[in-house]
Amino acid sequence: MAEMNCRDALNLALKEEMRRDPSVVIWGEDVALYEGSFKVTRGLLAEFGEERIKDTPISENSIIGAAIGAAMGGLRPVAELMTVNFALLAMDQIVNHMAKIRYMFGGKAGLPMVVRAPGGGGSQLAAQHSQSLETYFMHCPGLYVAVPATPADARGLLKSAIRDNNPVMFLEHELLYNSRGEVPDDPEFTVPLGVAEIKRRGDDVTIVAYSRMTLLSLQAAEELEKEGVSCEVVDLRTLAPLDRTTFLESVKRTSRAVVVSECCHTCGVGAELAACIFENCFDSLTAPVRRVSGLDVPMPYSRRLERLCIPRVEDIVAAVKNVMQQKY
Amino acid sequence: MPRTVIETFSVTRLDILDAEGNVDEALLPPLSSDDMVRMYELLVLSRTFDDRALSLQREGRIGTYPSILGQEAAQVGSAFALEQGDWVLPSFRETGVHITLGYSPALLFQYWAGDERGLACPEGLNVLPVSVSVGTHIPHAVGIAMAARYRRDRVAVVAYFGDGATSKGDFHEGFNMAGVFRPPVVFICQNNQWAISVPRTRQTAAATLAQKAIAYGFEGIQVDGNDVFAVYAATRRALERARSGGGPTFIECFTYRLSHHTTADDADRYRSASEVEEWKKRDPQERLRRYLEKLGYWSEGYQRELDERARGIIDAAVRAAEAAPLPDRRDIFTTVFEGLTPSQARELEVLHDAGA
Ligand SMILES: Cc1ncc(C[n+]2csc(CCOP(=O)(O)OP(=O)(O)O)c2C)c(N)n1
Ligand SMILES: [Mg+2]
Repeated sequence: MAEMNCRDALNLALKEEMRRDPSVVIWGEDVALYEGSFKVTRGLLAEFGEERIKDTPISENSIIGAAIGAAMGGLRPVAELMTVNFALLAMDQIVNHMAKIRYMFGGKAGLPMVVRAPGGGGSQLAAQHSQSLETYFMHCPGLYVAVPATPADARGLLKSAIRDNNPVMFLEHELLYNSRGEVPDDPEFTVPLGVAEIKRRGDDVTIVAYSRMTLLSLQAAEELEKEGVSCEVVDLRTLAPLDRTTFLESVKRTSRAVVVSECCHTCGVGAELAACIFENCFDSLTAPVRRVSGLDVPMPYSRRLERLCIPRVEDIVAAVKNVMQQKY
Repeated sequence: MPRTVIETFSVTRLDILDAEGNVDEALLPPLSSDDMVRMYELLVLSRTFDDRALSLQREGRIGTYPSILGQEAAQVGSAFALEQGDWVLPSFRETGVHITLGYSPALLFQYWAGDERGLACPEGLNVLPVSVSVGTHIPHAVGIAMAARYRRDRVAVVAYFGDGATSKGDFHEGFNMAGVFRPPVVFICQNNQWAISVPRTRQTAAATLAQKAIAYGFEGIQVDGNDVFAVYAATRRALERARSGGGPTFIECFTYRLSHHTTADDADRYRSASEVEEWKKRDPQERLRRYLEKLGYWSEGYQRELDERARGIIDAAVRAAEAAPLPDRRDIFTTVFEGLTPSQARELEVLHDAGA
């Protein structure tokens, strides 16, 4: 085990996979010489050269479109979007092509590609650059969506995503790049896509979360422990495929659930999770499921206001307490 | 079958004021001495703003800020040609345009300190919000110009963007539509040679950006972007064409970003100090100063007085921006729609209850 932050864990995954497989290439804006706007591609140009790591023009739609072509043409491209917000400029390529080409070719054309995209709020980047868009991708059949919370999962999931023959949206949270954790040393360490992990065991209530909200949920669980509430925290790790079994089994055992997501509330990931729990665990529930999610507003630029729009630890604590008090 | 040349193209470049402060009298646009002095003062005021913004950022009093250092002539020269009522769609690096148009520097500071109320355009000006999304406002400019023409409004529309934006689909689709519909729009590209770490040559294989307009059926011209007279002359001509029904024009201002991409960047990592030094010799402010000195409009005493005046304006703007009341939690909702929706009203109550 080595301790490292998510940035270095992702960087390590890219290096390992590029060493392992010469068909892995990286294309994106400012990824080569500049080493990425969040420095995730540090050292890659030096090691792998311009042929494998390319600075593209500012053409998001064509970055994704060309990556789709390259994937059909025999490479394993990892396209980097400077932030997930720019995926919106490539939405037709992502939704109509990346997600559907395999199906429309009767399974003949594989699409072994990954789109890496940092996102999330909390960095005071205003309305157009602070979004959590995972719902958009999760809603689109034909895409895998990875949302790691820890350095180990970041490394393991990225390696799996690159090796996988399905197209993966790999969503990194900007506030997690410096977040540290233990990462296994084994260069063959991977984390399977579509398998959630119980990050904390507990008996009274299940908190289902992903990405940065997993860390906040773990903090909330810690605080609640002091007040005698035992929380189980399920980290989804991928939203598609969605590992329903892990969180449904957990909720059946604890009989209560709080679902936490940073994306906007309405029709957000939390809505899907809550519906899933109601459909499958209704008889086991002793209280209604509560959602903790982002406010339904464009993110304010003001730090003071932004704080109010993104779920905080205290919001999760309050939701858990609320669930503990309620009864059907 | 013969093989014949069916089209040939040429790209024009306009230079009027050189780095030594000499002008080509034949090309000099009609500007009074007052106009020229005013232009100089706007260059100085823009630079004073920029300088202060950089130090405020270092002190943590504003957020990330994109410097305009070196690009002042492209901004002041073009905005100087605009008329009251014309529409302006800036990208994010147009402080000099805002200042020339009379947009309050206090509002600009307020915006860069993280408060979108600074973008609420004052009455009498048609300046759209800063477009941090690269190039996405180019089609908006086309649409505004089409609306203006339909409404028989004799205004022109100007969109500003960088060299990097010319790689965007929005640029190509917007230009194509402008070529087809010929609305009164002027596209001004500040080709500052860099898009963060990516040089102009990696953005496009075309020899100039100006020539891109030719493919879409309208004029593209390159001007020395550090020459305030050339920028002014080209913009004025383009605006006249727009207003008289002659359709769109593309102006490539050939300039240089002397500072980092933003305060969050370190340009020394990807470009040479000698390149920056070369461009410093072509400083837009210094060359106009030399010209004014030759005409007898500039002296050291005047410069001291001007610097002091500019500092005073900027000091007052910073004070006003910092005295602005903090945004209220209501502001999260109030400008999203016209009027609060029932669910927003509920959310607001929850926020209040939470004591947030
Ligand atoms: C659609 C989009 N893609 C990427 C970015 C990230 N980004 C911000 S500024 C910039 C470079 C822009 O270069 P240029 O158009 O030359 O303008 P300059 O910064 O030189 O003024 C990039 C890539 C963005 N804001 N929007
Ligand atoms: Mg540029």
